[in-house]
Amino acid sequence: MSLLTFDTANKPRQSYASMAVLLAVMLIFPFVAAQFGNSWVRILDMALLYIMLALGLNIVVGFAGLLDLGYIAFFAVGAYLTGLLASPQFAALLESIVNYHPELQDAIVRTFGEDVRTNGIHLSVWFVVPLAGLTAALFGALLGAPTLKLRGDYLAIVTLGFGEIIRIFMNNLNDPINFTNGPQGINLIDPIRIFGVSLAGEAGSRATVYIGGFGIPSVNAYYFLFLLLCIVTIFMTSRLQHSRLGRAWVAIREDEIAAKAMGINTRNVKLLAFSMGASFGGVAGAMFAAFQGFVSPESFSLTESIAVLAMVVLGGIGHIPGVVLGGVLLAALPEVLRHVVEPAQQALFGKVVIEAEVLRQLLYGLAMVLIMLNRPAGLWPSPVKEDRPNAAIAKEEESEA
Amino acid sequence: METFVQQILNGLVLGSMYALVALGYTMVYGVLNLINFAHGDVLMIGAMVGLSILKLLDGVFPGLPGGVQLAIAIVGAIPVTMLVNVLIERIAYRRLRNAPRLAPLITAIGVSILLQTFAMMIWGRSPLPFPQLLSSDPVNVGGAVISHTQILLLVLAAAAMVGLVFLVEKTRMGRAMRAVAENPRVAGLMGVDSNRVIVATFAIGAALAAVAGVMWGANYASIQFAMGTVPGMKAFSAAVLGGIGNIYGAMIGGIVLGIIESLGAGYIGDLTGGFLGSHYQDIFAFIVLILVLTVRPSGIMGERVADRA
Amino acid sequence: MSNILLNISGVNKRFGGLQALTDVGIKIMKGQIYGLIGPNGAGKTTFFNVITGLYQPDTGTFELDGKPYSPSAPHAVAKAGIARTFQNIRLFGEMSALENVMVGRHVRTHQGVFGAIFRHGAARREEAAIRARAQELLDFVGIGQFSQRTARFLSYGDQRRLEIARALATEPKLLALDEPAAGMNATEKVALRELLVKIQGAGITILLIEHDVKLMMGLCDRISVLEYGKLIAEGLPAEIQKNQAVIEAYLGGAA
Repeated sequence: MSLLTFDTANKPRQSYASMAVLLAVMLIFPFVAAQFGNSWVRILDMALLYIMLALGLNIVVGFAGLLDLGYIAFFAVGAYLTGLLASPQFAALLESIVNYHPELQDAIVRTFGEDVRTNGIHLSVWFVVPLAGLTAALFGALLGAPTLKLRGDYLAIVTLGFGEIIRIFMNNLNDPINFTNGPQGINLIDPIRIFGVSLAGEAGSRATVYIGGFGIPSVNAYYFLFLLLCIVTIFMTSRLQHSRLGRAWVAIREDEIAAKAMGINTRNVKLLAFSMGASFGGVAGAMFAAFQGFVSPESFSLTESIAVLAMVVLGGIGHIPGVVLGGVLLAALPEVLRHVVEPAQQALFGKVVIEAEVLRQLLYGLAMVLIMLNRPAGLWPSPVKEDRPNAAIAKEEESEA
Repeated sequence: METFVQQILNGLVLGSMYALVALGYTMVYGVLNLINFAHGDVLMIGAMVGLSILKLLDGVFPGLPGGVQLAIAIVGAIPVTMLVNVLIERIAYRRLRNAPRLAPLITAIGVSILLQTFAMMIWGRSPLPFPQLLSSDPVNVGGAVISHTQILLLVLAAAAMVGLVFLVEKTRMGRAMRAVAENPRVAGLMGVDSNRVIVATFAIGAALAAVAGVMWGANYASIQFAMGTVPGMKAFSAAVLGGIGNIYGAMIGGIVLGIIESLGAGYIGDLTGGFLGSHYQDIFAFIVLILVLTVRPSGIMGERVADRA
Repeated sequence: MSNILLNISGVNKRFGGLQALTDVGIKIMKGQIYGLIGPNGAGKTTFFNVITGLYQPDTGTFELDGKPYSPSAPHAVAKAGIARTFQNIRLFGEMSALENVMVGRHVRTHQGVFGAIFRHGAARREEAAIRARAQELLDFVGIGQFSQRTARFLSYGDQRRLEIARALATEPKLLALDEPAAGMNATEKVALRELLVKIQGAGITILLIEHDVKLMMGLCDRISVLEYGKLIAEGLPAEIQKNQAVIEAYLGGAA
């Protein structure tokens, strides 16, 4: 880790150089990986989404020190909102309203046109994604509000409860009015369409996107989009960290009573942490829905909340490069395992002794226990600004002593 | 639509299981200020081991009376769960006793994941049927029905709670537990080995969870590696409802939560004009938790948490 | 009376069965250094916590600089103009000394999410001003050279100074110090005394709780004495020293 540094305050040239190198690697990656098929890029696509989630959660857990065990709820909100507004689902919703509020149905049909009934609403990505972010932010404040006075462990359990409540609602909000289509989830969600170009490729193109004369696989197109979003997320959270608001968050984390005494309105600042963190989750959720084309409640369980929390905590809590590292390791590693370990076992033992899924769980559990016991600040924590006082300070101390 | 009495009875049965598990949470929180996230999975281990014992019995001593089989299953499951919980404390929690709150919580979650994974590896991923060992003729109680299994559950739960109260109030170990729960350092100065007490606390909680686990299996006729998480969280809510750290609170909280859940599931359709159905049952525990923590954080009977300053 | 900065009266505070404060009041003039002394458990920190909004009083009227203020929330109190330090030093341990003081500027500045992300002109200027002022205050209290050091690695005496610098960053009218000299040796106390006089010279009124009677006598313009939650004496240091009730409170009843 000493070659790569991102400490722009103290080592600017080395940091920017590191970033440039990393960016170059990331940009070249899909073209190299394409030699081995689409799956590696697809793995990284999901990993990039998880990194966005981890960075969003890092605001809540890392900066402000609020233990959130239900973060995936915001991912769900963004994903389901996209599902509702960019797929045929709205038609199903309308069908279910007709028995209860026929006037409402008529009003909606008048606004959106007759094919709402058959096709649902298909709003453009430029509308849906910001809306997803804002809605998630609203939910963040709503779910955060009751937790403001709770201490650590209780806060964790309550947020866990909220996450579960959202999942249960997503699983059951199909009757009497069909918002979420229940356990089956929402299908046929529109892919991202930018300037008329669909990132899933047009029908018949075998999932290839054509820009100008060039054709790239759809997964690669999404890769660059998600990479861009990740970079934007890193940029935004980094700016937030080094600002008046970021300092207020850390103050609350370090000593809430002192923070209050220094004039910080902790209630508002905490709500802001929840909201801002949630908004990133919402945007990631929208991307997820469009990328995958369908959403179902099983993608938004407690296991997922814990996975994102693990990325933040094990990577380096509060330290953006660490969180990204955690995201990469914990999101990509299980998939890598699946591709490597099962065939390896097949070759060695003639059968799969431990399935990849089980191995993934095992590694998650072990990682959480071992890392907390040995490196509680995470694999790549914030550098501490003290260890080597320079000569002048050392002399000062000697004359004082 | 079941009668009111039936729902109360259901609630009592459910609540007894919650109470048994809540006791484990509350005792550990009382001495360590730690939520043993993995406790729900200890319940699962109890159920799984119990099932394995029953299968073994069936092979070696077929034809034993149902009650005896269950008793052996419980007695056999207890040492295993105790060992598991004690190991967890020793390996995962002991070193982090004075760490900031986040580390032990993450470790606890990690342990929970590990327990579930081991269970998955040993017993497989699919739900396993739990045999019906007692007579399935329902017993009539004031217009409602209750099964023999459920009666046994109520009896066992009551016996366990009485036993625990006796232990805590009348024995030397119980006194030591109360002392450590109040102020570990001073208890140490008075000659109490707080490590031993903490180990005993984990062991007792595990034993209760084993009883709850086996009876859960007997009552619901099916167990699975992930069965512990949700009941665990609900039992924790029950412990908070009753007053965390307070064993009487855990008992009362468990029963009350069971009844709330049962009544809520029964009447939620009426309450919300048909908008929400009984599959929303699980949210009651969380709503109760949020309400308690917002309105009366010390719970029904008042919390008793260690002064670990 | 425009010279009165802090005017508090009739404060009662009960904790369950214990009456912690009974009808306590205080009147501090602008520019004074005012002392609050009393035996352990007398209620001095409780009174502090009430004034600064950490505890809610049962009764009491509160006026700062002629205007009533509500001690309902600590951050509102800070905004009104009272800043405090803590008996057990409450710094933001993982932040640098400079960042600690910069947090003190929070209440007098206002950039939010937009400013944080976009860093437009006004935001950049405010941030630079915050940083400059924070460094100034570190220099003022004498630890300017440690601005980059993580707070929890500072020496005890420097941590106390840092806490004072942070409190000063909130531009208080009244600086309330809870046992600032606790744990200090004689040399350090002299330095603290000089610092407090310097702060008074900058126009800030000071209220402090202390146990070191000699320090208080030499430093304070006026002193109040609390015992068992009640005021037993108030006046000039020389008067307090000769006050019979005070002597009994500290040394026990007359032989």
